[in-house]
Order: sequence, then structure tokens, then C-alpha cells
Amino acid sequence: MSHFTLDARRTLCPMPVIKTQNKIAELEPGDTLEVTCTDPGALNDIPAWCRINGHTITSSREQDDEVIIVIQVN
Amino acid sequence: MPQQPKPEQKKAVALISGGLDSLLAAKIMLEQGIHVEGINFYTGFCVEGHTHAIRKKDKDKPKRNNALWSAEQLGIKLHIIDIIDEYKDVLINPKHGYGANMNPCLDCKIFMVSKAKQWMEENDFDFIITGEVMGQRPMSQRKDLLPVVVRESGADDLLLRPLCAKNLAATLPEREGWVNREELKDFSGRNRKPQMALAAEYNFEDYATPAGGCCFLTDKNYSDKLVDLWKARNSKDYELDDIMLLKVGRHLRPQPNYKLIVSREDGENKFLQGYKKQFTTIEIKSHNGPLSLVDGEPSDDDLKFASRIAARFSQGRDAKNVTVKVTRDTGEEALYDVQPMPASEIQKEWYV
Repeated sequence: MSHFTLDARRTLCPMPVIKTQNKIAELEPGDTLEVTCTDPGALNDIPAWCRINGHTITSSREQDDEVIIVIQVN
Repeated sequence: MPQQPKPEQKKAVALISGGLDSLLAAKIMLEQGIHVEGINFYTGFCVEGHTHAIRKKDKDKPKRNNALWSAEQLGIKLHIIDIIDEYKDVLINPKHGYGANMNPCLDCKIFMVSKAKQWMEENDFDFIITGEVMGQRPMSQRKDLLPVVVRESGADDLLLRPLCAKNLAATLPEREGWVNREELKDFSGRNRKPQMALAAEYNFEDYATPAGGCCFLTDKNYSDKLVDLWKARNSKDYELDDIMLLKVGRHLRPQPNYKLIVSREDGENKFLQGYKKQFTTIEIKSHNGPLSLVDGEPSDDDLKFASRIAARFSQGRDAKNVTVKVTRDTGEEALYDVQPMPASEIQKEWYV
């Protein structure tokens, strides 16, 4: 199990989701991915994508105009 | 969590736009026991979320991607695919031409169905479904043009349109009995009531606005900005950043060799900050004011002139002088004290 990060800043919906989707395709179950975005829409879209694809959001927060979402790959 | 397909189940890939029609078409297939997965293509021109995410005035509105929302309502997987680069050829060289604006709707539909067919083959699916309704849209869904999509996409009789299938010849999934043709629909025309009634039957609420456009290319103002960009560069090419920036700010072209993009409020200001290293910028230093990007190849005199325009949109618009900082895309900086341009001197034709 490894931890990965993904910079999706300065991209707008749905690019943060596409980047997340493509990165997770490379990961193994149990890995975690921390995605940093500047589009607040990611706060809804990435969790929605995770719900329909069976991954788990372990935390999400807004900090200095950035959205940071941590996903556990299932 | 979406279901996995059972061994005996036929599998359909559904083009999911986020609108009501594709939602209903997929639901009809699910009701017939078909395993459905959604596919959503991102061209760069999709309306989904973009300006809503940028503009502060929209920050209180719920932000959602309607294609993801549709998939969640249906309980299906959704694959969002970036086709930005491939789509350039569709937009720049549409075989069937443009609609009322720069929308190459028929070529776009043919391209998306052909990409869906490719996905279907790569993922061992059996057929493709779309939410097309005969006669609903003037370009891509005209009765005489629906067969063109079938033929030129290469999908042939593997393309099923559940909402209007009864108006069309039976496709392979119908002939083979994978789906029951009798339970498909015969919708046609621009009347949306049958779709709304079906949505109510399926208890779908809060779906995206019926008949709402999902592509910026159908918008005249956006199309005008795109054409201006191509004309100024003498090339019908673009990058993602170019087409994103067409959605943001006021665009003014005082001279053919440069254009100003002036943010309209804090949300756009923050968004444009991300482009400071790529563009020459004008920042208002003595007053509150917008960040402006300068696209093109302006001279020093052009930048002084542009600074007066930018100052016009600052809180110093009525001041005698406003201090601005101009930062070239090379990193070279200069401070200017400029007289804000009076509104009467800003020519209407500068607005793109």
C-alpha cells in the first residue's frame, strides 16, 4: 500500500475527475491518492466519481483556496 | 456501487451527456436487464461546471457534473474520456459544416459514436445507445441525418436509440431479441413532454434542464471569441487554455496584435492568477481592480494603452491617475501611472 499525490490545480471540471480516474487506473487496491484542486466543483465531482466506482473518500478539506481530497483505492 | 455484468447479460455502452434524454435511454436499457456503462466525452467545450466554478457570483449554487449525477441516479459506472486533442479536427474541419454558430453538431455526433464504438470493441461490449430523439435538434437529430450518424460512425446496426427506436428500422439488438423493441419508445420532434412524463415515471427529479445546451460552441458570444482568436493568430488551432480563457472575463481587442482579458470579479481574478507565468499581465496597484491578461504581441505603447483600459475597470476609474504594474511574459516588470480611459473612449467594436 502506497500513498500518491496528484496536482489537479488550475484545471476545471471535469479535468480533475479525469486526472483522478486515470491516476487511480494505475494504482492498486489499498493505495491512497491525495488530489489537490483549485476548482471547488471537485468537492462534489470527485466524491461522486468515487461513489459510482467504489472508491472511498477518507478526507476532504478546503485550505487557502485549494481543495484537498484523499481517496482510498478499492 | 454499480453492478458487475452477469455472464449471460448483454452489455451496452451509453453516451451520457448529463441531460435528460441520455439518462432516460440508459434507464430503459437497465429496465430490460441490459448491463449498461456510461461514457462521457470531454471536448473542452462542455458547459459542465466551468464558469460556474470560476465566477464568485455562482459560488452559492450547487456544483455538480451532470453526467456523474446521471450515472449515480442510474447506478452505473461512468467513464469520462478526454478527447480534447482529437476533437480539434472535428471542430476545425467539419465535413458537414457548422450550425448556427461554430457548432459542428453532426460531425461531433458521428465522432462521438465512432469513439463509443471503439470503446465498445476494446471493452467487449455488445452495442451502443444514445439519447437521440428524431427531429429534436435541427442539425444532428434530423430524421434524414440519423442514418448518416449510423453510417459514418461505423456503428451501423449496433447503434440503438431507445427513445425513438420505434420510428427507425430495427437494430441488431432488437432483431436478436437482446432487447424488446415493443418496450422502446417512438418519441419525435421538439416536444419534451413525453421525456418529462417518463422521467416522472422513473422518479427522476432535479435532472439537468431539458433541451439545455451542453456545448459552448452553440453560444454566439463564445463562437465570436473563438473566431476572433483564430483570425488574430491566422491559424485555426487552439490549446485547452485558449478555449478555457474564452469563457472568462471581458475580452477587448483594441488592436489586431493583442487582446485584453479583464477579470470581472474575485473568482475570475483568482482563476486568471494561474496564467500569470504564461501571459503578459496588468495589475492595478493603487486601487482595487481586476487582473488583466494580454494575449498577443503588444508593444510597450500598446501596453500603456491597454493599462488605461484595465484601469477603467478598477475602483480608480474616476481618479486622475492609477498605478499599474505590467509584467511581461518574459518576467520583465514596469510600473506606469496612467489616466483611466473614459467610458466614451472605449470603442464598442473592441469588445469581442
